[in-house]
Amino acid sequence: MKTLLRPALSIFIALSLITGVLYPLAVTAIGRIGFSQQAAGSVIMINGNAVGSRWIGQNFSKPEYFWGRLSATAPQPYNAGASSGSNLGPLNPALIDSVKARIASLQAVDANNPLPIPVDLVTASGSGLDPEISPAAARYQIARVATARKVSTDAVSALVEQNTQGRQFRIFGEPRVNVLALNIALDKLH
Amino acid sequence: MTAHAWLILSLLLGSVWLLAKPLGIYIANIMAGRFSFATRIEAIIYRVCGVRATEEMHWSRYALSILLFSLLGSLFVYALQRMQLLLPLNPQQLANVSADSAFNTALSFVSNTNWQGYSGETTMSYLTQMLALTVQNFLSAATGIAVVIALIRGFARHSVASIGNAWADITRATLFILLPLALLLALIFIAQGAIQNFSAYKNVTTLEATTFETPKLDDAGQLQKDAGGNTLTETQTTTSQSLPMGPLASQEAIKMLGTNGGGFFNANSAHPYENPTPFSNFLQMLAIFLIPAALCYTFGHSVGDTRQGWAILAAMTLLFLAFVIPGTYFEQQGNSQLAALGVDQSANALQPGGNMEGKETRFGIAESALFTAVTTAASCGAVNNMHDSLTPLGGLVPLALMQMGEVVFGGVGSGLYGMLIFALLAVFIAGLMIGRTPEYLGKKIEAYDMKMISLAILITPLLALAGTAIAAVATQGKVGVFNPGAHGFSEIFYAFTSAANNNGSAFAGLSANTPFYNVMLGAAMWLGRFAVIVPVLAIAGSLAAKKRLSTNAGTMPTHGPLFVVLLIGTVILVGALNYVPGLALGPIVEHLQFTVR
Repeated sequence: MKTLLRPALSIFIALSLITGVLYPLAVTAIGRIGFSQQAAGSVIMINGNAVGSRWIGQNFSKPEYFWGRLSATAPQPYNAGASSGSNLGPLNPALIDSVKARIASLQAVDANNPLPIPVDLVTASGSGLDPEISPAAARYQIARVATARKVSTDAVSALVEQNTQGRQFRIFGEPRVNVLALNIALDKLH
Repeated sequence: MTAHAWLILSLLLGSVWLLAKPLGIYIANIMAGRFSFATRIEAIIYRVCGVRATEEMHWSRYALSILLFSLLGSLFVYALQRMQLLLPLNPQQLANVSADSAFNTALSFVSNTNWQGYSGETTMSYLTQMLALTVQNFLSAATGIAVVIALIRGFARHSVASIGNAWADITRATLFILLPLALLLALIFIAQGAIQNFSAYKNVTTLEATTFETPKLDDAGQLQKDAGGNTLTETQTTTSQSLPMGPLASQEAIKMLGTNGGGFFNANSAHPYENPTPFSNFLQMLAIFLIPAALCYTFGHSVGDTRQGWAILAAMTLLFLAFVIPGTYFEQQGNSQLAALGVDQSANALQPGGNMEGKETRFGIAESALFTAVTTAASCGAVNNMHDSLTPLGGLVPLALMQMGEVVFGGVGSGLYGMLIFALLAVFIAGLMIGRTPEYLGKKIEAYDMKMISLAILITPLLALAGTAIAAVATQGKVGVFNPGAHGFSEIFYAFTSAANNNGSAFAGLSANTPFYNVMLGAAMWLGRFAVIVPVLAIAGSLAAKKRLSTNAGTMPTHGPLFVVLLIGTVILVGALNYVPGLALGPIVEHLQFTVR
């Protein structure tokens, strides 16, 4: 047994130091040199203030902003310190209630919208921090935002267009609109 | 399936098949110590550690080494969690982890399961993430590679008593297979947007204030209730958002490559910092399948007939296709109850449509459903969407993939040794049908081997089914259930299936961070790993000692389509016989309710 314990212990220590100390430090050092913005969280600065991250969604409920996905994080939505999905099953009445409540709040500020409501606008994301919505979900909100801001729908449409990304390298993922970037651009419109 | 879904599926499997041969040859040579750059580096480590790496081990000594090494790892992971508040690199001052949760996490990461009862961002210090969890991401995967290489030696050698040296195998797998690939992948993840730093969490001021309700607490910190017993709440407003930080990318890379799957944060690969772009998502899926597929080639290469390896890989790929295609289809169908509310779930150029609950916009349906199948076919268990919110049959897919014993690609090393055990069983069944002594690759399969094969195959269904049965009737088990009805049973069934098969994904609504679940699932994970590894090594030892028979007219070829079909049939038969009753009670009942409405 003793002839096994010594190599077990020493190999464990040696490999722990290599994979648990040297490796993460090396990745950190190269990351800081090569990709300092990303490694630090892609924080967006406006006039010297940190207003968010390119990757982390924020909660919007005013009619003059575009709204993102529903967020099931606790206690408040888009709590970046506690990522979580809703975990509601497809037959759970609570799921249907939350969809109904969302439809009601969308219609409360935009009663005469003739467009069908896109599914991503009434469902919670897996992380609770999804920064993006589908182009359909953005289009659904253009008229409401334009009315609330008293600007032309063309101006808002143009901003949506500018903030829409296609599939990555034309192949991967879904077309999408970054909600925080779009809302920052809207605020600059005035 | 949409055209986009077919494209990504083809790209993924095409890349896996293309890379299997070069990486497979590299692994074979590294593990045999044929590269001088590698032997020079490892010689330094062996000298410092006082290890005689050329000393050949009998299977029992090999198994004892693996067990001891894993036990040491578990103790260390447990200890570090229990005293993280006293140690450096804990800027958020996260408390020491509770005893039962630390026990569960230690067994979870050492057994390559990486089931998570905790939320990373509110539980684990940066030191614990690096020195305990990242390390076990490497070492548990290296252990899997070591065991399968030992088994392959059993087939390749003849008339010898030994199956290699465990220390050399673990060291080589860690330093020369996992580490370089992880370094490369971690840097690509950072370039895509993943974080890697040691800062405290960053507070930012949001554009709009968020108003929300929180439960009202009295001076003693207890919930306040009104006369009717309802919890009182108070309204709060905040414009602050706390962005979590940490050394994430380095752990993310090995989390996928080692088929570990334990997320740095609670939302795992759905979290934008863990998996920021569709391209990082594709690389994560590729990283999961990369080594398990390459090991199939290593196997064929090492036994001197590469067709044997391709046959195994073909069986894995066909099984995978049989599940991923319906899984994607059912998720794309969406939820008829939402359609009744006028919600648009169609797939078109402007939206992915389908069942988007629990899914991220950037991945849509195609790349979420594909990820779900990949992560459960392989025993990874990382998730980029919440499996608890899958449609009933969309959720049956990951359950069934795990229940086939994690042999469809499977875990790093464990997938192939599991599949080779099924290959031995398939050969045995075929032998019974034609009345000949079964043999595989010139090795006669005898009574002792069959006993070990039965043990290795039956231990995981026993753990999964017995655990589910106990939790489904025990009060402590039932209180954890989140969703009502058949889906609630599926949550328990999924948890024990995932633990016993060392997957680690969850129907995460289940409140599993309780002493009951932490202990039950911890035991299932440990036994599901090591009660399989020991018989597998016993088979390796037995095979190595046998003579190799030459092929003759009566030998069943094990490289052609006939054998591939036989192998697939065996895997499905064993899985179905064990689990169909459970599946009927969970996802199938739920599907009937789902379609009736």
